[in-house]
Amino acid sequence: MDDLYREVIIEHYKNPGFRGELDPHDISFEDENPLCGDHIRIDLRVNENEVVTEAAFSGHGCAISQASADLLLEFIIGKTLDEIRQLTKDDLLELLGIELGPVRLKCALLSLKVLKAGVYGLGEASDSLVEGD
Amino acid sequence: MNPLDIEAIRKDFPILQREIHPGKQLVYLDSAATAQKPTRVIEAMDRYYRWSNANIHRGVHVLAEEATMLYEDARRNVAGFIGARDAREIIFTRNTTEAINLVAYSWGRANLQAGDVIILTEMEHHSNLVPWQMLAQERQVRLEFIPVTDDGLLDMEEYQKLLMLAPKLVAFTQMSNVLGTINPAGEIIRLAHDAGAITLVDGAQSVPHIPVNVVDLDVDFLAFSAHKMCGPMGSGVLYGKTALLEKMPPFLGGGDMIRKVMLRSYAPNSIPHKFEAGTPAVAEAVGLSAAVDYLNSIGMDAIAAHEHEIVSYALEQLNQIPGVRILGPDADRKGGVVSFTLDIAHPHDVAQILYRHGIAVRAGHHCAMPLHDRYQIPATTRASFYIYSTREEVDHLVQGLEQVKAIFG
Ligand SMILES: Cc1ncc(COP(=O)(O)O)c(C=O)c1O
Repeated sequence: MDDLYREVIIEHYKNPGFRGELDPHDISFEDENPLCGDHIRIDLRVNENEVVTEAAFSGHGCAISQASADLLLEFIIGKTLDEIRQLTKDDLLELLGIELGPVRLKCALLSLKVLKAGVYGLGEASDSLVEGD
Repeated sequence: MNPLDIEAIRKDFPILQREIHPGKQLVYLDSAATAQKPTRVIEAMDRYYRWSNANIHRGVHVLAEEATMLYEDARRNVAGFIGARDAREIIFTRNTTEAINLVAYSWGRANLQAGDVIILTEMEHHSNLVPWQMLAQERQVRLEFIPVTDDGLLDMEEYQKLLMLAPKLVAFTQMSNVLGTINPAGEIIRLAHDAGAITLVDGAQSVPHIPVNVVDLDVDFLAFSAHKMCGPMGSGVLYGKTALLEKMPPFLGGGDMIRKVMLRSYAPNSIPHKFEAGTPAVAEAVGLSAAVDYLNSIGMDAIAAHEHEIVSYALEQLNQIPGVRILGPDADRKGGVVSFTLDIAHPHDVAQILYRHGIAVRAGHHCAMPLHDRYQIPATTRASFYIYSTREEVDHLVQGLEQVKAIFG
């Protein structure tokens, strides 16, 4: 049986450390997964060296999408925007520590898509932001 | 009425014997999305391809004659199933969605002008919503919606008020694929006719599960899909009253839908062929016909009664689980569909954990986003039943939900 619902995931889902909104913020972006309606908004504050100092996410969705957002934000505190631009799908999957089928992969990747679109200052979160390895 | 012999019925469906995980048999609670297929349907289609396959309405060889006969027999069989007086009133489409689009394009564009009103409901599947939105944008037609009450019923008082707008069309689902609500179709149609409107019923969920008679209902158009009534995917039906169909312009152009073609013009064929351009899905029509035979052999009254029993039991059991919120009315006003939320887990997670136990349900908005907005929830988990569903399967569902609570609790 799969271990999709590892304790870490349930823990981050039930008690997220980074849930909320930042106002004011330097970067904010939101998007949803049209297939299932999962919705995520990410707000960031960065310092003069483009290092992320604070981060928060809001929205709704399944345990995978919400836990993935929380783990991702925890990971990027202290990272530069440039480092965030380099993040890949595999980095995120490593954080989650689970194998995902194609449907649930979309849930997991939503937060990374939103984060990268925000950091790149794009109008929309395209799948190409999280493809490849 | 004798209760169904469910054990015998289940043997008719090979897929129900499948083990999903070692030692865990499939518990299929997703029949509102698509029904499983009995051997009889699978074999009818197989036989068609092995023995009779040919293109229809052309060619004089025996295969072409047989294929044409099978296709037209299927049409007559379907007509009989819904009580249509004339097989020419049955148009084969790909599915419900295409049937509704056919009406929107053909009848809609020939008959509606800017400012005309179409009445829909808040509980429509996207397929009885988006075609009208497209028409509304193109023609500046006005869409109005019968509201849904908190307990999942159509607000008939509001409907009466909307009828004062002198609508041209009232289009609604006979049974909601989310709430399970069985709407009072006869009354809605009678009131629409009194107000001078014609009517379209989305029968995607009703035709497979309850007796539907187009003459008793006096409905003008009825759309449904073979795949939800034990038939194959890729086959659907539009029923329309002869007088309306004859006046409507063709939908798609091409072979079969014409009587005569010149270089710069054509003369359309008569109904129903006028609306069936190109080579049709003959094997699928044969499969649908076999599904109709299968349902008739059990009886639609018996099917409806069985599902009523299962859904009553399911509501009773699920209502005992703390944190479960069920959408829609009580068992007496609904068919075999139960959509619910669980306070501590998202529907996707619920569905995923249920699947670990071999239980197939659906999570999401079930192609009814506006209805979910109406209840201010992004998604639900849906269990839906059919002839082959059992109380034991409901028990499995309840046990599965206990597992979800154990993980998320
Ligand atoms: C009420 C209702 N209408 C329309 C449809 C669309 O059916 P199809 O996808 O076969 O066209 C469905 C099926 O999901 C339905 O449940």
